[in-house]
Amino acid sequence: MYRYVIKRVLLMVPTLIGAAALVFLLMRLIPGDICVVRLGSGGGSFDPRAVAACHAELGMDRPMWLQFVDFVWGFFRLDFGTSMWSGKPVTTEILARLPISLEIALLATVVAISIAIPLGTISALKQNTWLDVVVRVFAIGGIATPSFWIGIMSILLVLNLSNAITGTPWMPPIDYVPIWKDPIRNLSMAFLPAITVGYRYAAVSMRMTRSTMLEVMREDYIRTARAKGLLDKLIINRHALKNALLPVVTLIGIEFAFLIGGLVVTEQVFNLNGVGRLFVQAVQNQDYTLTQALVMLTVTVFVVTNFCVDLLYAWLDPRIRFA
Amino acid sequence: MMIDTTFRTPIRNAHKNKIKTSQGISGSVVLPPLLSIRNLHTEFRTGRGVVRAVGGISYTVEAGETVAIVGESGSGKSVSAMSILRLIPDPPGRIANGEIMFDGRDLLILPEEAMRKLRGGEIGMIFQEPMTSLNPVLTIGRQITETLEQHRGATPAAAHQRARDLLGMVGIADPDRRLKQYPHQLSGGMRQRIMIAIALTCDPKLIIADEPTTALDVTIQAQILELMKDLTQRLNIALVIITHNLGVVARYANRVNVMYAGRIVESGSAAAIYHDPRHPYTIALLRSVPRLDRPRQDRLDPVEGQPPDLTRLDAGCAFRPRCRFAVAACAESSPALTAIGESGHAAACFRAADIARAA
Repeated sequence: MYRYVIKRVLLMVPTLIGAAALVFLLMRLIPGDICVVRLGSGGGSFDPRAVAACHAELGMDRPMWLQFVDFVWGFFRLDFGTSMWSGKPVTTEILARLPISLEIALLATVVAISIAIPLGTISALKQNTWLDVVVRVFAIGGIATPSFWIGIMSILLVLNLSNAITGTPWMPPIDYVPIWKDPIRNLSMAFLPAITVGYRYAAVSMRMTRSTMLEVMREDYIRTARAKGLLDKLIINRHALKNALLPVVTLIGIEFAFLIGGLVVTEQVFNLNGVGRLFVQAVQNQDYTLTQALVMLTVTVFVVTNFCVDLLYAWLDPRIRFA
Repeated sequence: MMIDTTFRTPIRNAHKNKIKTSQGISGSVVLPPLLSIRNLHTEFRTGRGVVRAVGGISYTVEAGETVAIVGESGSGKSVSAMSILRLIPDPPGRIANGEIMFDGRDLLILPEEAMRKLRGGEIGMIFQEPMTSLNPVLTIGRQITETLEQHRGATPAAAHQRARDLLGMVGIADPDRRLKQYPHQLSGGMRQRIMIAIALTCDPKLIIADEPTTALDVTIQAQILELMKDLTQRLNIALVIITHNLGVVARYANRVNVMYAGRIVESGSAAAIYHDPRHPYTIALLRSVPRLDRPRQDRLDPVEGQPPDLTRLDAGCAFRPRCRFAVAACAESSPALTAIGESGHAAACFRAADIARAA
């Protein structure tokens, strides 16, 4: 087990360096660079000497390999330098946005799991009944409806409902307060985006839960459990769910990693200053240092989440042994 | 071909095919059999029509007795056994008609909750494939103890102790280690021993074993069968063993029911079925397996032709297209199971009497 964990952690290193090389090259393949964006914002011509000076200032005149080594070395020391655009340290820029993104990702996951697993299970057990049809329509709705639309609708709903009930319309706050400082204010800001994102997330996981559950309920060991005279509750919770949840866990892991940094539109709708929005700005400005750091953040979250999912697998399925 | 005039066996009504196999010792009270199945019909509604998997079978099982149900794949033997526990998936399956009396109760009208208590409590079940029939993600111990906790309300400690004892009974050494293991860590034979232990957990009166040895190596098959025979005799448990292996039948069963196309075509003691088979299908089955008590043949005789389509059974005998004894009457009605000479031996063939001389 320990050997396996150490091996997996060491294997993350080449993955991360590979991702670093990709983002490093891709950013530099995009025509233009940050100095052009900075100086040419008027659309007219610009002085090549000014561009050269800007390059020198940002260290972009150094050899490519040196810039790359700098970047990778910085990553392992968690020092990404300063943002080429704002001049502030990259870590400061990211850390200002990460808490809200992380919080919404976590809340959305909680929403998704608590909807998807019970509904997916019920839907499978009541296959082809009206209940199953309702759940499936609900799931298709979640996949087919764009998040921004649900976001806008949920804001309007809350606005109108509060107006109808209390007489004064209520809007979620738009400034971020950490949850430990003012939990009510924090949650009243985060709950709508979490539900909006969680709905789609739940829809995807629910469909997965339903289909794996349908498969598992036809297994021989479920028939054995029935022949033993176990209560349905026990057959489902102990015998079926543990087997059915394996693929769902993988899906939840991948979705979770995506939520950090992938919620560009949702953040826009709810006016949240999150990682997704920072990402778009960084790419637009061709801010190499910031974009590279954000990509590395996303890749790290993916790699770590996958690692956690693998460990969870071992707990769920004893046939998986770590050698 | 023989002519019709030699044909003497009485034709009986199909719905009168009840055979009294329960025999009391003279002077004592005749106890009803432990399990008595009467006119059981189980069918599956499919896109192609209604599959009549079990079409009116009747048989009894006395306490402590071993009864074999023999037949080829698709003859309805597993479905009839699953019907006893009402484990037929519905839909598409349905027990359309019949009566299953077990220990004084009619299982087909028993409420679901009482039925659940019976399953694993008074009737144990052993399945064909021990790898897939055990849950891969639960320990052996958990899978044995949960039955006790469910039916007897046993404490975890008591259930654990009972599980240890059961492993000893089914011949698994080092129970403490085995109980903590998962099915994939055990061999096929050991997994089937675990299935037997699970079936025995609550001291059942009846165990239904659905092809318990089919998935195992030949040498392991013999061990498992010996174990089942030994345990059921010692604990006085009735055993219904479903198999297509006639070797199993000869050695382990008191009585045999041969099934074809959802009906019992011949029924009798193992000796009668072996030495005096009266139904052409039974004869064909016996000829299709190698035997040590007969001269060596160059080739085995397979049962020619295909089993019938169970959605399209006509009024006649279902075995007729494959039967070398068939006569005109076979196409008109299906012969009822009719007693022949020796007590308890019965065959569903118009020509059972002729066949005795012919074979």
